[in-house]
Amino acid sequence: MSGDLPLPTAQAAPWAVTEEIEVRGHIVDSLILPKILDRILQMGASFEIRECTIGARRVDPSYARVAIKATSQEAIDEIIADLVEHGATPVHLSDAQFAVADMPGAFPEKFYSTTNQKTQVRIGGRWVDVVDQEMDCGIVIDEIKKSARCVAMLDILPGMHVVTGYAGVRVIPLERPRGETLFGFMNSAVSSEKPKAVSLRSVADSIRTARAAGQKVLLVGGPAIIHTGSGQHVAKLIEQGWVQTLFAGNALAVHDLEQSIYGTSLGVDIQQGQSVDHGHEHHLRTINTIRRLGGIGNAIESGVVKSGIMFEAYRKNIDVVLAGSIRDDGPLPEVITDVVEAQRQMRRSIAGVGFALMIATMLHSVATGNLLPAWVKVVCVDINPSTVIKLSDRGSFQTISLVTDVEPFLRSLAVELTESAG
Amino acid sequence: MSSPPRILMCKPDFYGIEYEINPWMNRLVGTDAATSSRQWQALHDTLVDLGVEISLVEPMKGLPDLVFTANAGLVYRSIFIPSKFRHGVRQVEEPFYTAWFQNRGWDVVNIPEKHYFEGAGDALFLGETLFAGYRFRSDARGHQWIGDRLGVEVLPLELVDGHYYHLDTCFCPISPYQAIYFPGAFDDYALNVLKSRVDELIEASAAEAASFSCNAVVVGKTIIMNDGAPRLSESLRRLGFDVKPHRFTEFIKAGGSAKCLTLRLDGEEAASWRSGST
Repeated sequence: MSGDLPLPTAQAAPWAVTEEIEVRGHIVDSLILPKILDRILQMGASFEIRECTIGARRVDPSYARVAIKATSQEAIDEIIADLVEHGATPVHLSDAQFAVADMPGAFPEKFYSTTNQKTQVRIGGRWVDVVDQEMDCGIVIDEIKKSARCVAMLDILPGMHVVTGYAGVRVIPLERPRGETLFGFMNSAVSSEKPKAVSLRSVADSIRTARAAGQKVLLVGGPAIIHTGSGQHVAKLIEQGWVQTLFAGNALAVHDLEQSIYGTSLGVDIQQGQSVDHGHEHHLRTINTIRRLGGIGNAIESGVVKSGIMFEAYRKNIDVVLAGSIRDDGPLPEVITDVVEAQRQMRRSIAGVGFALMIATMLHSVATGNLLPAWVKVVCVDINPSTVIKLSDRGSFQTISLVTDVEPFLRSLAVELTESAG
Repeated sequence: MSSPPRILMCKPDFYGIEYEINPWMNRLVGTDAATSSRQWQALHDTLVDLGVEISLVEPMKGLPDLVFTANAGLVYRSIFIPSKFRHGVRQVEEPFYTAWFQNRGWDVVNIPEKHYFEGAGDALFLGETLFAGYRFRSDARGHQWIGDRLGVEVLPLELVDGHYYHLDTCFCPISPYQAIYFPGAFDDYALNVLKSRVDELIEASAAEAASFSCNAVVVGKTIIMNDGAPRLSESLRRLGFDVKPHRFTEFIKAGGSAKCLTLRLDGEEAASWRSGST
């Protein structure tokens, strides 16, 4: 087993608190600057000199702006209180500005538009973490509770205090994991020329790490999983507890159920790879059967469906969100046809996800990528490079892309995870 | 043809220990008014004998420390920067000093309210540079502000022993390149600064510092300091200074001595700007 992959998570240290101080005067000759730097280190923090201007003549003052990095806000406060005695001044940023939402479903003008990176806002002089981090949202603050969270445009209600402008808002970029990891050397380059075995082991390691940290693994899957005959591998991963959340559309579920009921996917025999007589009807008949039974759950309870992804998902009681689209047949009763509602459901289900595997679905992958904070590792697998590129281009830069055939990838992943599980 | 040295003093008519704001003060000990008056007068007369022009600020009942005029503020050429005292009991002195300087045409420059600054008690020129003590009374940022305002180099020095709460209790420039100092009053950084920036440092022992030898008045080549530092006095004499020991026992009870009782209005002997400007 290779070593732990350093997944940047909320529990890890990369988001140590940073505050800036500045000090001006004859800080070099008076040794005030070295003293301040020494004290920062002595007090268990580290520093970074962000700006330093040395006076040209002896009477000219010098200036330094120093970032202090500590493990907690309390530690920073203690250090700054000490440094102030030696002439340092905290770089006072103003509190975040806000406007009161005046209508439902829209931000006030000049609202701050979020990224998927960890963000903090200053409320009452203190930096507060923004929760439910998500790109393309607004930030709603509560000055009494000193809290802040991302809220989507549609969920804005009149009276909410929505952050405006950039003052008092800071984004804390994710630190790249150090060391020789797949995520280190793969970076975000999309290529079919990567060593697949190494990639695969690393994905497996990431899933194990997320699970060991008590985080959920999210699978976002497209119907190609079934067409390529990979349904059984995914079913096995679910059955063995490697997937806690499943996002998909109508198609994945329908094809999976068709395979369970008829052994075909869109009429093609998965084992033989050939169309069967009247196979094209299997698709619609499956949907009809499930609808007549009142849903997937009932179909499984009544024994009509006895295998597959939906079967294992139901048995393991994992969180499944099926989001519909305009071209869906049926759809299945569980499919959420209101996209806004589907998005809300997905947003709720994302809480606690530490690793996301997106396989062979462009729209659901992009939709999920939009909801995930940047510190959730994403691996996107698709035979088509344009799919994985699209995800990265839409801001989900934490995505690791693997351009490969889905079936061998899932087969190997299932082997890697399920055979080493015991 | 040089003008005579000028010094501001205040008669100890209302001097006494009425509160305790440093480790030397003890209200139970008290001071003797007659002795205080005699000791102050002796200093006054010696300065007059040395050709010093003495100005007096009116003593005020209820302001016992007004006698320590060194803490009135900082003098630089025609500029006077009034002190912003750390302790409330001394803040009431501020308007009296300010009025005195204002009425005599000084350019009074106030440092921002957020800072503490205790004048010549904590800010002493040596050569071109203002050496400034911080921690107990003045704060480092106030000193930095003054450096910016006056366009002079300011070297803040951290004081670490509460007995030497003002720079002038442990550091005394006696010429533009020489100073008496007590090392135990400073932190390591400040000591390094002093050693690298003062050509000749004359060390006071702990006992000499405790008898306020560093709190000396320098007029020309004459140094007036509290009696009780024969070794240090001898070192200074070898350097060509005339040391005049006086008794300041009553004022040491309040944490002050010769230097604290005076404010040089035309620039200390060690300040380079003095000869250049007047």
